[in-house]
Amino acid sequence: MSAPAPPRTESLRDAYGQTLVELGGSDPGMVVLDADLSGSTRTVLFGKKYPERFFNVGVMEPTMMTMAAGLALSGRTVFASTFAVFAAGQAYNQVRQAICYNRANVKIVATHGGLTVGGDGGTHQMVEDIGLMRGLPRMTVVVPADAPTTRTATRVLHGLNGPAYMRLPRENLPVVTDGAFQLGRAPELAAGSDLTIAAVGVMVARALEVARRLRESGISVRVLDLASVKPYDESAIVRAARETGAILVLEEHSVLTGVGALVASVTAERYPVPVRRVGVPDLFGESGDPWALLDRYGLSVERIGDEAWELLKLRGKVQ
Amino acid sequence: MDAAVPPTEIRALERSAREVRRAILEMLTISGSGHSGGSLSVTDLVTALLFRDLRYDPQRPDWPDRDRLVLSKGHAAPAIYAALAVRGWIPREELATLRRLGSRLQGHVDREKLPFIEASTGCLGQGIGMAVGMALDGRLRGATHQVYAILGDGECQAGPTWEALMAAGHYKLDRLTVIIDRNGLETDGATEAILGIEPLAEKLTAFRYQVLEIDGHSMPEILAAYARARATRDRPTAIVARTVKGKGVSFMENQHTWHGKAPSREEAERALAELPPLPDEGGTP
Repeated sequence: MSAPAPPRTESLRDAYGQTLVELGGSDPGMVVLDADLSGSTRTVLFGKKYPERFFNVGVMEPTMMTMAAGLALSGRTVFASTFAVFAAGQAYNQVRQAICYNRANVKIVATHGGLTVGGDGGTHQMVEDIGLMRGLPRMTVVVPADAPTTRTATRVLHGLNGPAYMRLPRENLPVVTDGAFQLGRAPELAAGSDLTIAAVGVMVARALEVARRLRESGISVRVLDLASVKPYDESAIVRAARETGAILVLEEHSVLTGVGALVASVTAERYPVPVRRVGVPDLFGESGDPWALLDRYGLSVERIGDEAWELLKLRGKVQ
Repeated sequence: MDAAVPPTEIRALERSAREVRRAILEMLTISGSGHSGGSLSVTDLVTALLFRDLRYDPQRPDWPDRDRLVLSKGHAAPAIYAALAVRGWIPREELATLRRLGSRLQGHVDREKLPFIEASTGCLGQGIGMAVGMALDGRLRGATHQVYAILGDGECQAGPTWEALMAAGHYKLDRLTVIIDRNGLETDGATEAILGIEPLAEKLTAFRYQVLEIDGHSMPEILAAYARARATRDRPTAIVARTVKGKGVSFMENQHTWHGKAPSREEAERALAELPPLPDEGGTP
C-alpha cells in the first residue's frame, strides 16, 4: 500500500503578514506594532509597505500592549505581534487591563505558540497561552490550523471591534481547511458517527491523519476544527457528544487549561459523554525537533490512535 | 517668556483647589475607603488642568482634538472625581457614591463608566503607555492636542513606566506632558528608603525629556510649566512636581499610612476645619 502524497504545506505567519498588507491598503487608519521580532512574526511585510504606520518598539512587550491600547482608544484598529510567550506571558497584565478592561480594539497575533517552537526550548515553548487568554473577559481567542484559515481569521478579527488573541505556530502546516473561518463556528473537516476528534492548530492535521487510519478499520470519525476557541461552538460540541458518543481533544497546549478542559466542561454540563484530552502534560518543554517534541510529549499519531481506541472500546464500538 | 497669569485668576484656581480638597475629604469619608494621601498631593496639578489648561468640552467628549488626561496613578481617582464635581461636570451629590455598587465612580478610574476618563487604569505603569499611544496617534494625524499623563512616584519604580517613557523620548512626542506627583511616599514608606528613584530629573533628561522641576502646590509654577510644555517642540516634557502627600491636612501630611486610607467622620471634621473655603473674589477661571 503506498503512502498518500505529502500534503501541501504553507506558512501561517506569511499568510498573516500578507493579509496585514492587504488590510493596510483598505484601512488607512490601521497600525501595526511589533517588539523586535517583525521578521519572525512577518509584520515586517506591513512595515515595508506602510513604514509610517508600523512601530517596532523594541524589546518591551508590556508597553507595546499599552501603546497599542492608547492607539486603539484613539479610534484605530491595531495589530500587535510578538511570540506567544511574550504576548500572553510577559505582558499578561497589560493585556488584561490596558486592552481587555479598556475594551481596546487591539488584535494580538502571537506567533511561535506551543512545543513546535522546537530548538529554542522550554523557555520559549508557550503552552499556557490559550488558557490565560480565554480566561480574560471580553477576549476573543483564535487558533488557526492552516494558512487559509489564518488569512480569513485575520480579516475577521480586523472587522471585529474589540480585543482578540490569535495564536500561530512557527512551523509551516499542511492545508487542511477551505479557509471558511467564522467566529463561534467549529467546522466539520470530516464526517463521522463513531467518535469525534476535536483539535486546534498544528494538531488538526494529526486529527485528520488518525481519522483516516481509523476509517481504514471501518471506524467513522468526525473531525472538528475548534479554531474559534472563544467564542466556541457549543452546539457543535454538544451535537458531537450526542451523535458520536465520545470526544477526543487534541492540542499543543497544557491539558490543564486548554480546549480539552473546555470541551470536557461543556460536555459535563450539557451532554456528559467520555472525553479524553491529549495535550501537553503539566510540564515545560525542551529543545528538539518540533515534530519529535510532539511525539515525545504524548502528541504522536500513535498515542492519539491509542486514546481513540480506548474511547471506542468504552463505547462498545470495538473489542 | 511665559505670559504671566493675572493674580485674580491664580487666586480663583487656588480657591477651586481648596474646594476640590474639601470634596475629596468628604467623599472619602462617606466611602469609608480610598486613597487620601495621593489624591491630596495631586489636587493642585489636577485643578489647574481641569479648570484652565485642559482643552475639553464636556458637551463633546468625543471631540477628536480634545486634550487627553490619563491618570496613570489610577488610585488618585478621588482627585479627578472631586475636580469634575467642583467644575460642575458631574453632580456634586454623585461624589457620595464613590466605590458603591453601581457607581460611575469606581475605586480606580474607569473610562466605560465616566465620559471624561480617557483610559481605565489602576495597575500601575500602564496609563503612561496608553498616553504614549494616544500621543502617537495624534502625531500620525497631525493633530495639535496635548496628552497629559499623571504618574505617581512609586509608579516610577515599575519597569514598564520606563519603557513607555523611553518610547515617548524616542518618538519625540512633544505633545505629551508627563506629570510626576513626587510626594516621596508610597504605600509602605519613603520611595528613597524602599527603592530609590533619584536622581529622577537626570534620568528623565537622559531619556530625552525637557524636565521642569516645580513646587506642585504653587499655582503660578504649575501654570508656567504647563504653558512651557505646550509650547515645546521636538521632545516630550516631564514635570517633576514636588508635592506633599496628604497636602493641607496637618495629620495626614507626609504620613505614608494615609496612602490608602479614608478618614473617619471625626478626622474629616478636623481636616475640613483646617481647610475652610477661601473667599470668593471673583475672577472665576
